[in-house]
Amino acid sequence: MQDKNSSNTTNFSSNSNATKVQLHINKTTLHLHVMPWVSLLDAIRDHGKLTGTKKGCDHGQCGACTVICDGKRILSCLTLAVMKDCSEITTIEGIANGEVLHPLQTAFIEHDAFQCGYCTPGQICSAIAMLEEGKADTRDEVKEQMSGNLCRCGANTNIIDAIMEFKDKRNE
Amino acid sequence: MNNFTYQKVSNPNDALNKISKNNAANFIAGGTNLIDLWKYNLAHPKTLVDINGLNDYKIIKEDEHGGLFLGALATNSDTAYHKLVEERYPLLSKAILAGASAQIRNSASNGGNLLQRTRCYYFYDASSPCNKRNPGSGCPAKNGLNRIHAILGTSEDCIAVFPSDMCIALAALEAVVHVKSPDGEREIEFSNFHRLPGDTPELDNNLKVNELITGISLPSEGFAENYSYLKLRDRNSYAFALVSVATGMVLENNKITKIRIALGGIAHKPWRVVAAEEFLVDKSPTEENFASAANMILKGAKGFGKNDFKIELSKRAIVRNCIMALHPESQRPGAQPSL
Repeated sequence: MQDKNSSNTTNFSSNSNATKVQLHINKTTLHLHVMPWVSLLDAIRDHGKLTGTKKGCDHGQCGACTVICDGKRILSCLTLAVMKDCSEITTIEGIANGEVLHPLQTAFIEHDAFQCGYCTPGQICSAIAMLEEGKADTRDEVKEQMSGNLCRCGANTNIIDAIMEFKDKRNE
Repeated sequence: MNNFTYQKVSNPNDALNKISKNNAANFIAGGTNLIDLWKYNLAHPKTLVDINGLNDYKIIKEDEHGGLFLGALATNSDTAYHKLVEERYPLLSKAILAGASAQIRNSASNGGNLLQRTRCYYFYDASSPCNKRNPGSGCPAKNGLNRIHAILGTSEDCIAVFPSDMCIALAALEAVVHVKSPDGEREIEFSNFHRLPGDTPELDNNLKVNELITGISLPSEGFAENYSYLKLRDRNSYAFALVSVATGMVLENNKITKIRIALGGIAHKPWRVVAAEEFLVDKSPTEENFASAANMILKGAKGFGKNDFKIELSKRAIVRNCIMALHPESQRPGAQPSL
């Protein structure tokens, strides 16, 4: 699949301005030829064929495109693929351990933390990175730290419940 | 299509050479505002010069004057959570963390925060007139949807506000901006960095086109004992301020010996009135005195219909925040009013 992707030069590498970019996504190295204006989000989805990361607003207002880049949660729609050459990226596809769900994914299911599911990959990547940052302890702090991930179904209360449960279990 | 070329640089002179030889070149650091403006067809760079390789500008360190130097390329998150910022300049830390979202703060640079554009709806709508985007085309905000707009320092041509939280704290801290150009280096006092719209609203600040922000220095006084940042907005988090206030205060024997009050969300630049700060010196930190200062700060304020509420809201926010500064531990996540 990797070779097929890297040789797929349509859309993004139509002229000599295309730049070679290496992205280490979910521990697999992806070699891309992209035009400079291709967002990291489009590179992941269209080149990497990893469509778990969602394009919501494409303007940094919703958080659906959140990925973990070099250990930090960022918005993949507001960064260019060329700016992230050689970066380590984790998307929702890299969260589970094979067929075994990550405990936060399990908590999302148990707490009914989504309806349509469109914001869920961003919510989960964001929450995992947030807990790594270690700056949120109380429920109020978690809510504040997760405010960059909108849920238009209104599952926010259950999302915070799921995160708090995972966080508490993790600390046990 | 709105295309551009892209180059990485690894030393400042290279960066400055690339920008000074090309009028349509832009520096890019975090890109969280520039890429968005480009997508909306509001920014039209022909070349992006990626300055993330300028590692010297990522550091945060104590300077020889007892202050702190914040590299222009340090991210907002790394700055807000830096041990020395948290300890010595908690006002700045709180203000940064009240802005944007964790994801954006992880990408956004300190230099970029100073250069973010207004969030005026008409500026963002490429199909509407806007003197800031297209000088001479008019300002629909004056008689339009202006709930988020300015009440102080406005002009006939523009009533946009500068949206930063970080910069409101930097104004209260009397930071200094360090810039570099092919002609050398210079320092710009924070109060002179951003500007009022006047009849050239297309200019947000006094940075010249061939200048690169290298860092921001904070004076030794960080108001670590008595400080508060209050941000009032339409939702409790991840929204721009309708009104925000940064207060830093030094108290001795229950009298104010030094105070700085800066307002955000109400003007084209962080708003300070030195006379109001001087008025409070040697006075007790009471609601009455803060209310008198608030009246001085809001003197000349003018609403445009849908933002009239900001005048009274600003006065109350000043009083509330100055009282909160007496009890900094009462602050809540997201710079909400204390309970």
